[in-house]
Amino acid sequence: MTFSPMLVDANPALPSRGGVGLKPEHFREILAVAPDIGFFEVHAENYMVDGGPFHHYLSRIRENHCLSIHGVGLSIGGESPLDEEHLDRLARLLDRYQPESFSEHLAWASHGGAFLNDLLPVPYTAATLARVCAHVDRVQDRLGRRMLLENPATYVEFASSSLPETGFIAEVVRRTGCGLLLDVNNVYVACVNHHRDPQAYIRALPLDAVGQIHLAGFAGDIDAAGDPLLIDSHGSPVAQVVWDLYAFALDLLGPTPTLIERDNDIPAFPVLLAEAQRAEAIMSRAQAGRQRVVCA
Amino acid sequence: MSHHQGFADSLLAVQPVCPPGLTAWNRSDPGRRFGVYRNNVLVSLIDALADTCPVTQALVGEAFFRGMAAVFARTNPPHSPVMAHYGEGFAEFIQGFPAAAGLPYLADVARLEMLRVQAYHAADAASVSPAALALLLSTPERLPGARFALHPSLRHMDTPYAVVSLWAAHQGEDVGTALAALDTARQESALVIRVGLDVEIHRIATGTAAFIRHLDDGLGLADAAGRAMAADPTFVLADALGLLVGAGAITAITTQ
Repeated sequence: MTFSPMLVDANPALPSRGGVGLKPEHFREILAVAPDIGFFEVHAENYMVDGGPFHHYLSRIRENHCLSIHGVGLSIGGESPLDEEHLDRLARLLDRYQPESFSEHLAWASHGGAFLNDLLPVPYTAATLARVCAHVDRVQDRLGRRMLLENPATYVEFASSSLPETGFIAEVVRRTGCGLLLDVNNVYVACVNHHRDPQAYIRALPLDAVGQIHLAGFAGDIDAAGDPLLIDSHGSPVAQVVWDLYAFALDLLGPTPTLIERDNDIPAFPVLLAEAQRAEAIMSRAQAGRQRVVCA
Repeated sequence: MSHHQGFADSLLAVQPVCPPGLTAWNRSDPGRRFGVYRNNVLVSLIDALADTCPVTQALVGEAFFRGMAAVFARTNPPHSPVMAHYGEGFAEFIQGFPAAAGLPYLADVARLEMLRVQAYHAADAASVSPAALALLLSTPERLPGARFALHPSLRHMDTPYAVVSLWAAHQGEDVGTALAALDTARQESALVIRVGLDVEIHRIATGTAAFIRHLDDGLGLADAAGRAMAADPTFVLADALGLLVGAGAITAITTQ
């Protein structure tokens, strides 16, 4: 089934501002200072526990801030049917926290009862497309809301792929009515790794569907031929080249809720907040630029 | 074999192998690129075990721990995307890991650290009020048959080794001195419970451990105390109750 667009607007949207990932290291500080920030983001699976400090702090922080819940374990690109138990856990979590946004990945992680704890790539074939669309339909149906699907950072390609990644994503968006989470770092990483033009990649996406942007840091490596191989490590500040690509994307999109992702080598909270503020500064310049274009 | 099965098997294989059907724009060997996924998966699983078991890691050193955790992770990947629960079976694995046989207490240290994480994320529950306790104590005829519901975070374990002391020795500044003073071959019991937002680990007497186990199994106060006394003649009911009340471990009282 295709998700009814009528329900899409039932959930209030994230503000077009900067946000950061909520880290346990920062719980107390955030509660104490109540920072002026667009939103916080949590990984759904980290909060699928019965009680304790994670829920204690998230429920209090949620009272004062907008929230994005980002799943990393649904395995939407998986070969087997979605894990209905996991979907139930997710539904309970969303019901409890009523986040402004829910998103997941174009990737798989579970197979044959094992969860591999990484975002693994899918071939872009008609069969994968049908399966991914069926899974996104099921997620939106079960959760009663629209989800955003994130473009992947990948390190390999499949000989069997018959569609470009952007075309695959556009078709999932068209068939399911889901939104797009534009991970600009992933765009850059994947385009370097697969020798594509990142600006052309962004232009080829269904930009009308973008509901959120992710920014993060990458690490550098090389492949067997000595060509650059970038790794989506989330362990460093956003690179200048990704900020530049972000500004390019905003010129096309206008102001868009933007998350600074950081999962390794987590710095002090003000360091992350400053990156979110930098995103907001670029957003306001993009806004001003668009208005000038409109007036001219 | 399905496409994902081959991919998954290659991710966890000891030898670097590459599933068929992968390509790269420059026709370079995709094995190097696939290695990024192999590394991501294994490192993330080892990191999860290391986060759960910092004292286990400290006892054997990082290199040994990560090597041991890699062997476990390759044969025991998680079964759920909820990674807080990952590591079930790790203590049993350590117990049978030949290279760790020289440290017979290591498995129980890992077991205690797993209980600690379970307690951290366990359900919340309010402790009984002082008034409810006072009411119980003021009706002595109801005391023997009273049954206690215990806090969802409460865990207990018995071990033939000084595992609680080993764990405690790693919480202070001078770990070396604390370890040097330890007789690891001493039997110990542990009470693990979240008090407020913090998990506490208490070393408890054999009798107290038996008492808590019997209360947890649903026995009334007098029966549980009697069995604790039989297991450990030094058992003092008032001390054991004081510990439970002090930690907020009693969440409901039922009397006939």
